[in-house]
Amino acid sequence: MYSFEYERPSGIDAAAAAHGEDDKFLAGGMSFLPTLKLRLAQVDKLVDLGGIDELKGITVTGDTVTIGAMTTHGTVAASEDVKKAIPALAAMAANIGDAQVRNRGTIGGSIANADPAACYPSSLVALGATVHTNKRSISADDFFVDLFETALEEGELVTKVSFPIPEKAAYAKFPNPASRFAMVGVFVAKISGGARVAVTGAGSSVFRQSEMEAALSSNFSSDAIANIKTPADDLNSDIHASADYRAHLITVMAQRAVDAAS
Amino acid sequence: MSAVENGIGASVTRKEDQRFITGNGNYLDDINKAGQAYGHFLRSPYAHAKIKNIDLTAARAAPGVIDIFVGADMAADEVGGLICGWGISSKDGSPHVAPPHPCLAMGSVKHVGDQVAFVVAESVQEAKDAAELIEVDYEELPSVTDVRKAGVAGAAQVHDEAPGNQCYDWEIGDKEAVDAAFANAHHVTKMDLINNRLAPNPMEPRAALGEYDRGTGEYTLYTTSQNPHVARLILSAFVNIAPEHKLRVIAPDVGGGFGSKIFVYAEETTTIWASKKVGRPIKWTADRSEAFMTDAHGRDHATHAEMAFDADGHILGFRVATKANMGAYLSTFASAVPTYLYATLLNGQYKMPCIYAEVQALFTNTTPVDAYRGAGRPEATYVVERMMERAARDMNMDPTDLRMKNFIAPDAYPYETPVIMTYDSGDYPQTLNLAKNMISYDGFQARKAESASRGKLRGIGSAAYIEACGIAPSAAVGSLGAGVGLWESAEVRFNPTGSVTVFTGSHSHGQGHETTFAQLIADKLGVPFDNVEVVHGDTTKVPFGMGTYGSRSLAVGGSAIVKAADKIVEKAKKIAAHLMEASADDIEHAHGVFSVAGTDKQLTIGEIAFAAYVPHNYPEDLEPGLAENAFYDPLNFTFPAGTHIAEVEIDPATGVVEVVDWAAADDFGNVINPMIVEGQVHGGVAQGIGQALLEGVVYDDDSGQLLTGSYMDYCMPRADDLPNFKVEATNTPCPSNPLGVKGCGEAGAIAAPAALMNAITDALGKEIDMPATPEKVWRAAQSA
Repeated sequence: MYSFEYERPSGIDAAAAAHGEDDKFLAGGMSFLPTLKLRLAQVDKLVDLGGIDELKGITVTGDTVTIGAMTTHGTVAASEDVKKAIPALAAMAANIGDAQVRNRGTIGGSIANADPAACYPSSLVALGATVHTNKRSISADDFFVDLFETALEEGELVTKVSFPIPEKAAYAKFPNPASRFAMVGVFVAKISGGARVAVTGAGSSVFRQSEMEAALSSNFSSDAIANIKTPADDLNSDIHASADYRAHLITVMAQRAVDAAS
Repeated sequence: MSAVENGIGASVTRKEDQRFITGNGNYLDDINKAGQAYGHFLRSPYAHAKIKNIDLTAARAAPGVIDIFVGADMAADEVGGLICGWGISSKDGSPHVAPPHPCLAMGSVKHVGDQVAFVVAESVQEAKDAAELIEVDYEELPSVTDVRKAGVAGAAQVHDEAPGNQCYDWEIGDKEAVDAAFANAHHVTKMDLINNRLAPNPMEPRAALGEYDRGTGEYTLYTTSQNPHVARLILSAFVNIAPEHKLRVIAPDVGGGFGSKIFVYAEETTTIWASKKVGRPIKWTADRSEAFMTDAHGRDHATHAEMAFDADGHILGFRVATKANMGAYLSTFASAVPTYLYATLLNGQYKMPCIYAEVQALFTNTTPVDAYRGAGRPEATYVVERMMERAARDMNMDPTDLRMKNFIAPDAYPYETPVIMTYDSGDYPQTLNLAKNMISYDGFQARKAESASRGKLRGIGSAAYIEACGIAPSAAVGSLGAGVGLWESAEVRFNPTGSVTVFTGSHSHGQGHETTFAQLIADKLGVPFDNVEVVHGDTTKVPFGMGTYGSRSLAVGGSAIVKAADKIVEKAKKIAAHLMEASADDIEHAHGVFSVAGTDKQLTIGEIAFAAYVPHNYPEDLEPGLAENAFYDPLNFTFPAGTHIAEVEIDPATGVVEVVDWAAADDFGNVINPMIVEGQVHGGVAQGIGQALLEGVVYDDDSGQLLTGSYMDYCMPRADDLPNFKVEATNTPCPSNPLGVKGCGEAGAIAAPAALMNAITDALGKEIDMPATPEKVWRAAQSA
């Protein structure tokens, strides 16, 4: 680890003000701290968002679940409100990393990092969530841009994420056996007037499987997508899984998610 | 059950666990010395490169830097390179090729992670910062990492001294007899098998703390070693650090080894050497990335095997050709692993009339390969048992029937194999039948049908393994090229108040010696378990010992303790005879109570010990004190054996393998602590399942980069990858040691890979190599 400055402000504005060029917001640090320890990253200053209470917490109002950016995966997983409103979201959070990661890692940190194998991005995209920042609101479809790249501007920080409550949804994850990140993760949501399918782990960033969405919109059953193949051309290929295998798993995991949707 | 409390046969909870699980262990990185500096190694980013220049100017000026060393500095001090302690001769009689193995690079680097420079600074951070300022001018060279490609014409050359990258081309057995057997065969089964390369991953990474005392001229090296005396001998006699009596090596609590801490490495050597150069203690602790790059790896064989059978399914002959990857340098005992620890076990549990095995060892631009839990014997069992299962399928026989037909009969011991081993005892039909009962073998077809009804593929597979443990008779291994004797030492020292300190030359790095050896003393000498302290791991405290590996601690080290305890009893009898005014011949002894035959007169060992240290009333011709040491050189290897049966269920849609049941029936001879033994089986099977399903070191074929350099990519087995194990034991006592014990530390890792792969290939109806990753299994399931 290279040396750096550390600041822990107690308000959103103070955090934004503290953040300069070559600085980084710390939102749990479950990905970033190991990167620092391995000297793969270097920052001038870490602005720790852990002291900002207004970034934490879950509220359910009418048709929306809103989760503060600094809410941990463990809190989401254990939330009776989330379990009731969007059980798929609580179940997905319950299966991220391990207990230590779930008790430190946050939704805001996860989506701002935009790891192509992270679970959370698929839930945002499939549920049609909105990402709220200290400057604006961004639809999930526009938020995730590419590998570790989001629509966030320099110094912009996520404050909360609001999820429309679907009719039903489920997430099916095929974990990388070593890291247990998603080798392929498919989040499926049945919403009024259609269905949304978001795939993580398989490409450079989370993406929607529109052919499956069309099929499920008219018939929300696993049979409807059994023969839909995802082109392997743009999918990841590594020592754990070829692009072909990932393409195959997308269909299998999507079917399992549809079958499990509640 | 034991005749005394906490004696032989009792599942005593481990006395060392109290400190381990409460965070009070004393591991290497827990030790700190006044004035301690910190070392960090700059390592090669290339698999193979020439070093044209190293510029230390900027690094030397960095904050906190005390000194920086390169290969030339060690050479100038006439501190030698690292050695291989076992000589293997090729077919033509030529000795194996052992190219120079400098601690710090001398003009070239041979694998990713090879040591280039050693930075000593006031803190680890400053040492790392300075290392980044070292400017190394590399000329990258072509590399080779795959053992199947290393010997091919045109392959990159790792060492000028080793043309064709060959270390040796060795053979064992009777080629002509095997050729004749195959000529008369009714059936021949052939397979090509890969035994995947593994990273050892002990929980505690390697570390060293070197200290030089200017007043006495003595060095002290604290190090994560399984055999501190062997380390001292090599560092003294071959590496030229210091004379043996001026070098103390201490291996305190060591957090696992699995073989990887047997060896003398560059980092520990450089650290102790540099401590004198800078005049301060230096600590170096590997991080996990360094462990992946530099801890000696295991396995990495490519084998072609052929087995000939007669019309009834009896084995006629066995032919094996193996290419063994040595890595970039010859590690401490690397040469012995694919030869005398591998090919000598190719006989398995069977009557094989003849065997011929050839082993070509090859250098590659990879981390050196050496012994890893099982060391050669898992590779042998893997070849033999995949072949037996495949042959049974080829001949439409039940694989367990084929094994039963070919087993060495329980009354055939001692049994001489065609590959120089003499098996001493065993009952292979018994362990096979036990394992079949444990897993309800006969009910498998019904379970398979039930799985099929859920769209799942179910498979069952066995491995009847044998290993040679308790390494080993010194004269025998000497004749095979070992540079050391493989006896063990012990001292049993009574304290005046009757408690006992046991000094052992073996070394515990998780095995539970402090408990097991205390049970021996409790049993043999009647000393309460809690009054026995076991001391190990310090060359100044304990007599010269050979350390712990090859499941030898109890069979060899425990036998030495028994020999010392026997001497204690002999002396105590004389003291007792004097005190009770009887003839020594009339003194009877049982569990620490000495009595005069035919009378009610008796003394306890505690009373005798006190008399020995306060000899006011004492035999005139006897030395005071009650402490005896012993050296035990085993008469033979021991031969633990058994059968493991695995049952799996495969999801053909994803290729995921679930291990749904596991039966382990092992014959370890007599057992001192059944709980510890069962734990060893669990751990060994977990590692074997890891090898078969999950683990595998991968290098990029073009660049030679290590692709599995962290737990993000190198998959260790986790609890939820494993089934509940069914573990039971049989017992044919070992006839060649006084305890009748055989050794249990490696059995699980030896049996498991073959059993599991046999189950997976049974389910798939198709052969695949380890590790059986989901994609590999899925592809096989698609084309099955």
